[in-house]
Amino acid sequence: MDKTWNNKAWFMVLPVLLLVAFSAVIPLMTVVNYSVQDTFGNNQFFWAGTEWFEEILRSDRFHSALLRGLLFSFIILAIEVPLGILIALNMPRKGWGVPICLVLMALPLLIPWNVVGTIWQVFGRVDIGLLGRTLSQLGINYNYVQNPLHAWITVIVMDVWHWTSLVVLLCYAGLVSIPDAYYQAAKIDGASRWAVFRYIQLPKMNRVLLIAVLLRFMDSFMIYTEPFVVTGGGPGNSTTFLSIDLVKIAVGQFDLGPAAAMSIVYFLIILALSWVFYTVMTNYDVER
Amino acid sequence: MSVADDKLMAERKGKFDQASSMPPNAQAALARTMRRRGEQSRFWWLIPTLYIIFLLLPIYWLVNMSFKTNAEILSTFSLWPQQPTLRNYAVIFTDPSWYRGYINSIIYVVMNTVISVLAALPAAYAFSRYRFLGDKHLFFWLLTNRMAPPAVFVLPFFQLYSAFGLIDTHIAVAIAHCLFNVPLAVWILEGFMSGVPKEIDETAYIDGYSFPRFFVKIFMPLIASGIGVAAFFCFMFSWVELLIARTLTTTAAKPIAATMTRTVSASGLDWGVLAAAGVLTIIPGALVIYFVRNYIAKGFALGRV
Repeated sequence: MDKTWNNKAWFMVLPVLLLVAFSAVIPLMTVVNYSVQDTFGNNQFFWAGTEWFEEILRSDRFHSALLRGLLFSFIILAIEVPLGILIALNMPRKGWGVPICLVLMALPLLIPWNVVGTIWQVFGRVDIGLLGRTLSQLGINYNYVQNPLHAWITVIVMDVWHWTSLVVLLCYAGLVSIPDAYYQAAKIDGASRWAVFRYIQLPKMNRVLLIAVLLRFMDSFMIYTEPFVVTGGGPGNSTTFLSIDLVKIAVGQFDLGPAAAMSIVYFLIILALSWVFYTVMTNYDVER
Repeated sequence: MSVADDKLMAERKGKFDQASSMPPNAQAALARTMRRRGEQSRFWWLIPTLYIIFLLLPIYWLVNMSFKTNAEILSTFSLWPQQPTLRNYAVIFTDPSWYRGYINSIIYVVMNTVISVLAALPAAYAFSRYRFLGDKHLFFWLLTNRMAPPAVFVLPFFQLYSAFGLIDTHIAVAIAHCLFNVPLAVWILEGFMSGVPKEIDETAYIDGYSFPRFFVKIFMPLIASGIGVAAFFCFMFSWVELLIARTLTTTAAKPIAATMTRTVSASGLDWGVLAAAGVLTIIPGALVIYFVRNYIAKGFALGRV
């Protein structure tokens, strides 16, 4: 759609601008402020320059939290995306099954994140949870509280449970937009199931898939509440992802400088990813 | 889709046109085999069914627990309550420290939804209809706020709202949640508004409508479903968020989610009440989800599907 040039449109954007400036710009400036200063209490601050940034970028703690976050995100994507496509391909396209599938699949997306954590914490407990109890009956020594591997598996399965439906719904939205004529043409060509998927369904899905991958990557990269409720970042530090570590430093230890420097590094990573997301979205809009 | 693919598709479309000159019976048979073989195999329903069972099992376990007594939860292991009890729900509906949590959550979530949608409506209109200085940068900046990790904002939010004396008020949480909900509402509404042809605006102006009157009387009914979807997503994201809500409240505006975490860390774990509280937080989403089922993908993709 061709748009008219009109700078008065700024007045319509103004309320949003003020609102988001209040809840984003001012807090971010506070963070920037802390990241370059040191304090010995009593509200006395000293210029510290890039000291905190150097400390953070060199610290093993930050590196390992970052690596854990990236590893977690990649595992999540490797499971959720293929699984989501598989389920979306096999969902009914018409009839009574459609609303049932959509509503039931969307259900986990609407549960408060800490309740998701609580559900899985209870579900995985060996004494009272269905999953933990079943596994121990099968002779598996499952214990997510003490075994780091089990904690990781629990958190990953929880995230798959929580968010795969997002991939499913997005792929499904892409799939239903394919006209029947395409399938009929493929049938006449004698195309195999794989060829239909590769040359008709995948090209139609690739943009929604890209959106799904980016959203899942960013949201899993900043995951906090669910693993915090289930494992509290433990055992040890094994499930301490970037957000959990940041809140520990900022609120738990009240180390303002390092926490602020870490926030900014974290925010810059997210900013770069947002830019990729934005470019993808707007390119799509142009082609539309 | 690339040019080569388009060519291929045009070729296939040609073959399809040939096929449509077939007798109706053959066409119907073709459509049937196509649906059977090309599109989906015979056991297609197995995968979604298994997936839905996987989704519902943990939820079922929570519901199951919420109807048991604590003694039964801890002593016996059963797939359904042996002595069903409503005691856990009774505790929540009679104890103010529990039901106040729900009221607090609903108050700030509704405030946030109203603020977000009202502020986003004109902005989304501006983004969908006009070009103006810095519009693309602004749109991108809004997106970065939706993507920003709440953990980054916890500490500065606490200090900012302390400075304004807003800690432990509903409006503090409502405004703080605007951080990610306003951008979300702007993006979703912009997606819906761009689907309305511009000619409608122009015709209305020619007919002598003033802008506010046009916006309320003509434009808003046209994007009513979009407003509904945006409101639903604001409601939802404010409802599921815990970290910021918990940081900004202590007692008077404490959300239900935070009340639950407190109970988890308290000494005697009241599993039954915890499960009942969890079940009650799922209900609002489960009730409205049916109305937005066709727009859920669009909402999660920020209005871009």
